[in-house]
Amino acid sequence: MSNSILVVGGGFSGLTAALEAAEAGYDVYLVEKESYLGGRVAQLNKYFPKLCPPTCGLEINFKRLKTNPRVTFYTLADVTSVSGEPGNYTVEVTVNPRYTTPQCTNCKPGEEAASTEVPNEFNFGMDTRKGIYMPHPMSYPNQCVVDPSIAASDEGKAIADAMPAGSVDLSQQPETVTLNVGAIVMATGWKPYDPNNMDNLHFSEFDNVVTNMMVERMASPSGPTGGKIVRPSDNEEPKVIGFCQCAGSRDENHLAFCSYICCMATLKQITYLREQNPESEIYVFYIDIRSPGRKYENFYAKIKADEKVHFIKGKVADIKAGNEPGNVILVAEDTIGGGRVEQEVDLAVLATGMQPVGAESKISGIDYDQDGFVVEKDGIIPCGCAKRPIDVVSSAQSATAAALKAIQVVRRAG
Amino acid sequence: MSKNIGLYIYTGDGIKDAVDVDKLVELATGELNVKVAKAVDDLYSESAASMIESDIESEELNAVILAGYSPRYEFDYMDFPGVYLDKVGLRELVAWSHQIDPEAEDAEAQKEHIQELAEDYIRMYVTKMEKVEMPEPFKLEQINNRLLVIGGGVAGMRAALDAAEAGYEVVIVEKEAELGGNAKYWRKQIPVGPDYSSLASPVVDDLIAQVEASDKITVKTSTEVARTAGEPGEFRISLKPAGTKSEWDAPVPLTEEEKLDENGKELSAEDQKKKYEEKNEGRKDYMEVDPDAEMFGAVVLASGWKPYEPAEDEFPHLAWGNPNVVTNFAFEKMAKEGRITRPSDGKEVKTVAFVMSPGGKDDDADFPYASAVTSMVALKQAKMLREDQPEDGRAYIFYQHMRTVGQYEYFYKGLQNDPGIFLTKGAVTEVTDDGAGNLTVNVEDTILGENISVDVDLVVLATGMVPTTKDDPVINFAYRQGPAFRDLDLFGGYCDSNFICFPYETRRTGVYAAGGVRRSLTIEESMEDGSGAALKAIQCLQAVSEGHAVHPRTWDYDYPDFYFQRCTQCKRCTEECPFGALDDDEKGTPKPNPTRCRRCGTCMGACPERIIGFKDYNIDVVGSMIKSIEVPDDDEDKLRMIIFACENDAYPALDMAARKGHTWSPLPRIIPVRCLGSVNVAWIKDAMSSGMDGALLLGCKYGDDYQCHFVKGSELANRRMENVAETLNSLGMEPERVKLAQIAIDEYDKVPEIINEFVEEVVGMGPNPFKGW
Repeated sequence: MSNSILVVGGGFSGLTAALEAAEAGYDVYLVEKESYLGGRVAQLNKYFPKLCPPTCGLEINFKRLKTNPRVTFYTLADVTSVSGEPGNYTVEVTVNPRYTTPQCTNCKPGEEAASTEVPNEFNFGMDTRKGIYMPHPMSYPNQCVVDPSIAASDEGKAIADAMPAGSVDLSQQPETVTLNVGAIVMATGWKPYDPNNMDNLHFSEFDNVVTNMMVERMASPSGPTGGKIVRPSDNEEPKVIGFCQCAGSRDENHLAFCSYICCMATLKQITYLREQNPESEIYVFYIDIRSPGRKYENFYAKIKADEKVHFIKGKVADIKAGNEPGNVILVAEDTIGGGRVEQEVDLAVLATGMQPVGAESKISGIDYDQDGFVVEKDGIIPCGCAKRPIDVVSSAQSATAAALKAIQVVRRAG
Repeated sequence: MSKNIGLYIYTGDGIKDAVDVDKLVELATGELNVKVAKAVDDLYSESAASMIESDIESEELNAVILAGYSPRYEFDYMDFPGVYLDKVGLRELVAWSHQIDPEAEDAEAQKEHIQELAEDYIRMYVTKMEKVEMPEPFKLEQINNRLLVIGGGVAGMRAALDAAEAGYEVVIVEKEAELGGNAKYWRKQIPVGPDYSSLASPVVDDLIAQVEASDKITVKTSTEVARTAGEPGEFRISLKPAGTKSEWDAPVPLTEEEKLDENGKELSAEDQKKKYEEKNEGRKDYMEVDPDAEMFGAVVLASGWKPYEPAEDEFPHLAWGNPNVVTNFAFEKMAKEGRITRPSDGKEVKTVAFVMSPGGKDDDADFPYASAVTSMVALKQAKMLREDQPEDGRAYIFYQHMRTVGQYEYFYKGLQNDPGIFLTKGAVTEVTDDGAGNLTVNVEDTILGENISVDVDLVVLATGMVPTTKDDPVINFAYRQGPAFRDLDLFGGYCDSNFICFPYETRRTGVYAAGGVRRSLTIEESMEDGSGAALKAIQCLQAVSEGHAVHPRTWDYDYPDFYFQRCTQCKRCTEECPFGALDDDEKGTPKPNPTRCRRCGTCMGACPERIIGFKDYNIDVVGSMIKSIEVPDDDEDKLRMIIFACENDAYPALDMAARKGHTWSPLPRIIPVRCLGSVNVAWIKDAMSSGMDGALLLGCKYGDDYQCHFVKGSELANRRMENVAETLNSLGMEPERVKLAQIAIDEYDKVPEIINEFVEEVVGMGPNPFKGW
C-alpha cells in the first residue's frame, strides 16, 4: 500500500496535477520523458486569448516545485510498466542519463569544445544545437544535457574537459527506479500531428509550408529566428500568409476528432503576423471557426474586424507551387462564395492538430481509446490532453480535478 | 537577532575574471564584519554544501549568503535548517551582464565600474541579512475544516462528493427546494464517451442519490447565503431562507458614483457615511459578528447559471415574442415534461428550426453567453425530436460555426447520417408567422450559396448560459471591499481569475468557483471543475493549517505585521489590497485577516506611514539595502540608479538577458521585489536622499489583460508614481528620474535596452542636485 501519487508527464497538466496534490499534503512522483518540464507549452510563444507568455506561469510553477519537498521528479525518464491495483501499484521507470550534475548550469565552455551540430528538436529542426546544450533558455531543471549520441565519443570527452570539474559525468548509466504508488495521474499530453501524413498538403515538398507549432517557435524570442516569423526558403518576412485549418483534424483518414485549439492558435498567430508587418495580408481556410465561449468569441471578433484578414469557408484540398519563387498556391472550394479558390501565398501555415501521445506510444497496464486518449479506471486518472483535446485553461481544471481523484484513491487504500 | 553571517562567493562562470573576488572577501570580513567570507570555485557542489555546513557548526553561523548563481537556482543539498539563506546573482547581475572589453581604452574604468557594482551587491545583501528575521508561520487558534458548497447543481454536488470522499465534512446550500440545478430539467445529456452516438441518461439523479446517502454531506435546500464573513479556516457564514431579507445581509459599499454629489464633487466623509447607512438600512454593519453564523474553513461557489432570456424587443428578425419561438432551455423543459408541443395551440411539434447565431448576415457570432455547449445542445435537441418523431420529424440546424470540439465531433458526424436532421451553415435573416402559428425561416448564404426557406412548427434559439454572479454577488462577502467578486465586469459576470494557468485563483482567498458560474461548461466539464474547486478548497485548508500562504506564494510562511500605534486610518491599504484581506475596526484602523492574505506586500507599498512589513521584507530591510549602496559624491561618470524588479517576471527576464549575453549599464543596482505593488515611495525617497540619481521600476503588464500575479501591483505602482513625480517636482528635480516600465517575462531581449535608455536619460539630466547633502 502506498500513499504516494505518480504523475506521468511533466507538461502543463502534469506539473499542475503534481503541485496541486503536493500542496494538499500528498507525496508525489513526477516522471517526464524530455529533459525539461513544461511540455508543449514551453514551446509556445504566447497563450490565447490573453497573449501572455507561457513561461510566466511556468516560472511560478517551477518556484512552487523547487520549494515543495513533497514532489520528487525525474526527467529523461520513461514509465515502462504499470502493474498492481488502486492503492498499490508498482511502476517501473527508466531514468536516462543527463551526463551532467545539478551544478552544471552553464554549457558555454562545453559548447565551444563541441564540434557536432544536430537538428534542434525543440525548434522542430529549424536550427541546430551542440552536443551539450540547455534545451531552451527558460528550461527547468536549469541543468545542461549531454546528447547521448556523443557521450561515449572523443567529442564527449572534449566537452567534459572543457567544462568545470565535477559538472559533466559521462559515466552515468540508465537507471531503473521502481516506484510503489497508490494512484496514477496520466498527463502524457500530445504531439503535433505529423504533416507528412497528408499527401495533398505537400509539407516536405515546399520549404514555405510550415506547421503552426513551427510558427510558435519562430515567433518566440527564444526561437530559431529570434522572434521573427520568416519564410524558411529565404528568411524573408512573409507578406501574404495562408492558414490551412483542420490540417489532419476532423478527417477520418487522419485525426477524426476536432483538436479544439487550432482555430484559436491560428487567430493568435494572426496577431503575431499582423503586428510584425501591418501590411501583411492573411487568408484563413476553415470548416468552422471554433472559438467557443465569451473570451474566445470576443477574440475572434477582434480578428474579424481586421480588414486584412480574410476568412474563406473551405478546406484546403491541395497545395501547389506558386508563380513567384518560394510561393505556394492554396487550392480550396469556397462553400459560401461558390467555386474554386486558388490563393497564392508567401507562406502557408498548416494548422495541424493534436494527437494524443497514447496514439503511438502506449504504456503497458494503461487503457486507451481508439484515438489514443487514456481511459479512466479506478486508480488511473487521465487529465489534460491525454484525456481529451483541450486548451490550457481546461487543462489546469482537468489536472486539478485529477489530483483530487488521485487523493481519494490513496486515502481509500490507506 | 544578531547575525553571524557566512558569505560564500562563487568564482566560476566568469565571475573571477570580471571582479576581484579577493577584494570582495576583504570587504565582507573587514568593513562589513561578516563572520566567514570565502571564495569558492565549486560553490554549488555537494562538497561545498558540506563545507558550509561545517562552517555553520564551527562558527555558529545563523545566516548564509550565496553570491553566485541567480536566486532562481535551487539545490536540494543547499538546505541549512534554522539558518537564514539568501542568494545574490553575481553571475547574472554582474559577470554575464557586464562584459569588459580588454582592448578598450577605458578597460580599467570598465573594470572599476564592475568591481563597484559587485561590492555594492555584497553590501546590500550583507545589510539585508543583518536586518531580516526568520519568518514564523501564522496559525489560527482554531481551524474549521468544514467546506461550504454554494449551489446544489452538478458542479456543486460533484465538489461535495469528492471533498467528502477525501474525508471532509461538507454542507451544500441550495436556493431551490431541491437539489439538481438546471440539469434536473434535462431529459437526456449529450453523449459522454465513444462512440458518441447515443444520448446519455442524466447523471443528476444519481448524484442526488449519492449526496443524500453520504454521511459527510448535509444539504440545506431553500437556503442562501446572507453574508460570508471571516477568513479561510474560520469563515463565519450566515445562512437564511432563500428569497428573504435578513439583518445579516451583507452591506453594500457606495459606488464611486454614489460618493459624489449632484455636481460631481466628492461627498464629505460624514455625508458618505450617512448615505451608506441609508443604503444599507436594516442591515448589520459588515464587521458585526453574527452569533448564529455557521463556521466553515473554505467555500466552493457553484451557484451555476441562468438561461439567457432575450429582452422583449431583442431579435425581432427572429420573431422573438412569438409564442412558437422559444429558447433552448424552454424546449428542454418541454421535452423533459414529455411531449414537445407548440405553445400557441398545443399541436404536436414535428418540425423544428434551431437557430445558433442571431446576427443574420452581419455577424457570425453565436448568441450572448453561448459556447460549445450551445452547439451540442442544439444537436442533442434535434436528436430528441427525432427520437420522438422517428417517422416524419425534421430538425433544421442553422449555424455559422458548428462548435463540437474534441471527440464531440463524432456526435456531430453521427447526426449527419440522419435523414431527418438537416444541418447547414447559414445566416438566418427572417422568421415569419403565417397568422396560424406556422413559422417560416429564411436563411441566406448557406453552403454553396443557396437561399433557403423552411416551414416549421417551432423555432428554437440556441441562447447562452448566464452566470448567476452577473447580477447577484451570491457569496455576499461582509468585507470592507464589498459583497461581490472583483472584476466581474471584466469577465462578463463570470467568477473568473483572468489567469490562464491558474483559473481557480480569484481575488477572494478561500472561495473557489466551479461550473457555470466560472464559464460555460458541459455537465461532464462542470463536474470536473467541481472536483478541481474542491481540491483548491482542501488545499487552502492545508495551507492554513501549515501556516503558509496559498497560491502563488505557497512557500511563504511570513505574513504582514502592522504597527497600529502609528496608523492614521488613511485606508489606503484596505482599499488597495487586491484580495480584500483587510477590513477595518470601529476606529477605522485596518483589521488584518492573515489567511486571506497572499503576501504580495501591496499594503506595505501603499502605507504612507511605513508601518506595514514582513519579517524579511519590509521598509527597513529594503531601505537599508538602498542606503548601503556607495554613492560617489562628485563623480559624474558614476551616477547611481536603483531598479526595483518584480521577482516573478522582470527578474527572470533579467536573468535570461544575462544568460543570452545581453549587457547593460553598470550604474544601476537591482533589487528584486515581491510585486511592484509592494514598492513603497519611501524607498524611492531613500534612494534620492542618499544621492542616487534615478529609480526604475520593472513590473508586469497591466490593463484588462494584466499579467501581474497579484492583479494590480504594477498598476498601483504606476499610480503612485504620480505622487513621486509631484514630490520630485517640489524638490526641483526632474520627475523623469523615476520611471516605471512594463515588461513580460519573455522580453529578455528588450529589458537591457529599457535599462540603458533609462540610464542615458538620467545621465542626460546630470547628477541628483542633492547629492552629498
